[in-house]
Amino acid sequence: MTAAPLVRVADVSVAFRGHTVLDGVNLIVDAGRIVTVVGPNGAGKSTLLRVAVGLLGPDRGTVALGAKAVGYVPQKLAVERILPLSVRRFLAMAVQGPVGHRQLEDALETVGAGHVLGRQVADLSGGEMQRVLLARALLRRPDLLVLDEPVGGVDMAGQAELYDLIAALAHRDGVGVLMVSHDLHVVMAATDEVVCLNRHVCCAGHPEAVSRHPEYLALFGPRVAGSLAIYTHAHDHGHLADGSVLPLDPESAGHRHGPECRHG
Amino acid sequence: MDEFLMRALLAGLGLATVTGPLGCFVVWRRMAYFGDALAHTALLGIVVGLLFGVAPLWGVVVVCVIVALMLGGMRRDGRLASDSLLGILAHGSLALGLVLLSTMERVRVDMMGWLFGDILAVSWSDAILVWVGAGFVLALLAAHWRCLVAMAVDEDLARVEGHNVGRARIVLMLLVALSVAVAMKVVGVMLITAMLVIPAASARRVARTPEQMAVAASVAGGLAVIAGLAGSWRYDTPSGPSIVAAAVALFVLSRLVPGGRS
Repeated sequence: MTAAPLVRVADVSVAFRGHTVLDGVNLIVDAGRIVTVVGPNGAGKSTLLRVAVGLLGPDRGTVALGAKAVGYVPQKLAVERILPLSVRRFLAMAVQGPVGHRQLEDALETVGAGHVLGRQVADLSGGEMQRVLLARALLRRPDLLVLDEPVGGVDMAGQAELYDLIAALAHRDGVGVLMVSHDLHVVMAATDEVVCLNRHVCCAGHPEAVSRHPEYLALFGPRVAGSLAIYTHAHDHGHLADGSVLPLDPESAGHRHGPECRHG
Repeated sequence: MDEFLMRALLAGLGLATVTGPLGCFVVWRRMAYFGDALAHTALLGIVVGLLFGVAPLWGVVVVCVIVALMLGGMRRDGRLASDSLLGILAHGSLALGLVLLSTMERVRVDMMGWLFGDILAVSWSDAILVWVGAGFVLALLAAHWRCLVAMAVDEDLARVEGHNVGRARIVLMLLVALSVAVAMKVVGVMLITAMLVIPAASARRVARTPEQMAVAASVAGGLAVIAGLAGSWRYDTPSGPSIVAAAVALFVLSRLVPGGRS
């Protein structure tokens, strides 16, 4: 990739009321690449995405958003029942100017939600809402998709379909994708780069490399990571209960910092 | 029809035209308590106007706008103006206004008129002022409509999609502040929020789009003004409360509309 990245997050730190949520995080999303952020609850995954799309200013570090059109799917979106809003209108709002009925229908078909076009947004189920949000993001013809747990609440068969769709968008159409996911198996199968986040970037790289990385194993435990892990070895730092890094004796550490390692 | 009744009707309908769409945003964005806080603050505005020897209405406009901007600024740094903060502001300024008023012995004020409105006493210039204010508010609403609706759905999405959320939020707060000033004569500061919330809530049942709801809310408000004034005229009841009572009756009727799900 010689072109400028769609988004570049450089050494970003964010604190809420003195409580560090992100600490010196680096991240790059290029066109046609899927970057997936994994990590435990409270690791700062959603915050990182919000920083990347400019919803939140970093306390330190820089964010360069090079994408022309961003399709953003938040983790949760609830439309108040008091607001009368059809799915059709909700979709059309995503684009400037008039948009054809056909185009809206196609976008919904793509995400497997063609039947909800005439419904009110407040009446959608959680899974339907996620599909509609994804369709809405696609209508913007984005060159960067930022998806915060895009398949939350979607049924199992639908999840696989949606991940296939996201992979096709990236690898066929060259859309850059930055997403948060909890579904480690899918992540490992369909992702170009995994960023393992726990306030700082524990490790990052190709899924296969990450799945063998001690930090990853330490974060998710050998049972979760087991199906993909090939070997385990000692972790060079632990995490305190609040997530901060607890250095272990460096002499005895089995792990050497590689180029993809961005922690202390 | 008597001329004063005509003026009252004119002012009331002008108010309903603007509180319809504006009230929709108040209920969509759960700003009812914000509107209430501004209304209470309006009383302080009246006293400030009297203190500086200008028309009370200008005192209200100035104080409400300052408070709206203050609250807008607080929201911008990420921490929502909480219920308690709004409550402190509302009742603090109401109390301060009453205390200040008691110190001005030379001034005689029709407090009931300010609190509950005196629409039958509006002059032609008041009625014109209501319509000018309404036109201004509606024009600003129309100019920011797309952005405001997008924000009512979700502020984060609106911002990612390039809407100027910060500006629209300030505009909305200023418009609520202005409408408080406009509504003061008609229903009084205590009942202003009622004119914002009740017609909008009544309109929900018959609306399928945000625009339908805004128009229906104006119609509901207008009907409440007509019915309230008629009742006030016929049974010699206070006009402001009569209008609000009529609005509540309309709301109850709207719940009987079949097919609604909300």
